[in-house]
Amino acid sequence: MTHPRPASPSVLTLPFWEATARGQFLIQRCGGCQAAIFYPRPACPRCGRADPAWEAAAGTGTVHTFSVARRPTHPKFTGDEPYVVAIVELAEGPHVTTNIVGCDPDDVRVGMAVELVFDEVGADGFALPFFRPFGAT
Amino acid sequence: MSLRGAAAVVGVAELRPTRWTQDETTIGMFTQVGLAAIEDAGLQLSDIDGLIAHPMAGVPMLVPSTLIESMGLRCSYAATVDLGGATGAAMVWRAAAAIAAGQANAVLCVTASRRKQRNRPAAGERTRSARSGTAGVGGKDLSAWGEFEVPFGNVGANIGYAMIAQRYLHEQQVTPEQLAKIAVHQRDNACVNPDAWFYGQPITVQDVLASPVVADPLHLLEIVMPSAGGAALVVVSAELARSLEPSLGRPAAWLLGAGECCTHKTVTYAPSLMDTAIKPAADRAFNQAGVTRQQIGLASLYDCYTITVLVTLEEAGFCPRGGGGAFVEERDLRWNGDFPLNTHGGQLSFSQPGLAGGMSHVTEAVRQVQQRSGPRQVADLNFAFVNGNGGIMSEECALVFGVEP
Repeated sequence: MTHPRPASPSVLTLPFWEATARGQFLIQRCGGCQAAIFYPRPACPRCGRADPAWEAAAGTGTVHTFSVARRPTHPKFTGDEPYVVAIVELAEGPHVTTNIVGCDPDDVRVGMAVELVFDEVGADGFALPFFRPFGAT
Repeated sequence: MSLRGAAAVVGVAELRPTRWTQDETTIGMFTQVGLAAIEDAGLQLSDIDGLIAHPMAGVPMLVPSTLIESMGLRCSYAATVDLGGATGAAMVWRAAAAIAAGQANAVLCVTASRRKQRNRPAAGERTRSARSGTAGVGGKDLSAWGEFEVPFGNVGANIGYAMIAQRYLHEQQVTPEQLAKIAVHQRDNACVNPDAWFYGQPITVQDVLASPVVADPLHLLEIVMPSAGGAALVVVSAELARSLEPSLGRPAAWLLGAGECCTHKTVTYAPSLMDTAIKPAADRAFNQAGVTRQQIGLASLYDCYTITVLVTLEEAGFCPRGGGGAFVEERDLRWNGDFPLNTHGGQLSFSQPGLAGGMSHVTEAVRQVQQRSGPRQVADLNFAFVNGNGGIMSEECALVFGVEP
């Protein structure tokens, strides 16, 4: 699949994308209320404290919900359908949009345990984070 | 302070939905439908002292003044509302609030979207072939959406509502037939509305379930069809409404209550897919109105998908959590049934003319309350409930209308 690339990373989000090239999925942790945060925010969306700190996520989670796209949802995915768009709940709590790979789209279930698997590093130096069934190879 | 009885809708107008527009300009469509609503209200251009519009393609900023200048208005209140499908409903209470605050007396709320057909893409390359009248406002999207959604194909409404439906199926019980019945009964309503796109084309539950799955578990006939069109209405002060009622020969549609809640933009970051923003918005509207769910004679619920209607029935309090499937199965949702729902056909059968699609739920409720819905008139109607829904259940706006203040 030819995925659209992350558009216009900012000073706020560049650390996340740069870490993907090292095989790390970064979330933020609020220094006040300890909330785990994704996607990168300038301040904690729970308590408002500024400048949450980066930390590496464990890279595991469960499928909160998903859909099998039977028609392309973006021109770049034309011909790649069916594919799975999903919301994964990270072990740390935050929800992440991703694709479920490494299995038949019809085998994906809500609640399924999944683990992080990075796509190849692209020309922009970033790797897209996907998830696959936990323990899949 | 409550908005109850402070203002009423006296006039409405619509442009009949079309699949594509030709040479129409967005400003031209705004003007045409706006003037028609003013005429329907029994007012003159010079009577209008408030305008609420929405972002539109080709006018990156200063939308209200652009329209005011073009139409020849002079306004003491002017604004845009940018709440997606909730925009139409959200305009109404903002107009009432401006009136209640003494800042305006007659506010024109107007929505319109054109839809240009681009050159057909080559065979096998069918992508986005349309340019919506509301898309592309403000240039490149630099929000988190472009970084954390687009690369994974979480683009457009289908996939978002499909994920809501999938989660619902995991937590609750609803059969495909129950969901399909929503589309079928609304189509029956559309068959009594010549302005509906799918007028004269009844469908069955089997038709819905046999239509292609676009994004699991959504079938094609559970999804709105985009179109072009416009809708407008005029909100006036209680005093002006009372003075217009005799000459118009019909009651005004009195705004009794309103509520709104916005929690997220992208479905991934919704606080919950089950505890939605619909509930607090509806609770506020009903509390303000002093009206019970049982008193509602028409439910005009935003219906971009069948799942949206099912969740709204539950979250707005017409049935318990998880009871939507049984409720839909047991009730007759047609204009002459025991729970009239989206009597204009809903957007599922009226089509979705951009933000005018959301406004169509308001204009239908107003016409029904004013007892001028012709062959689909709901009998003995005293109160109507409207829900506007924007984004991926992101922005919710509830209204309660009545025949008396």
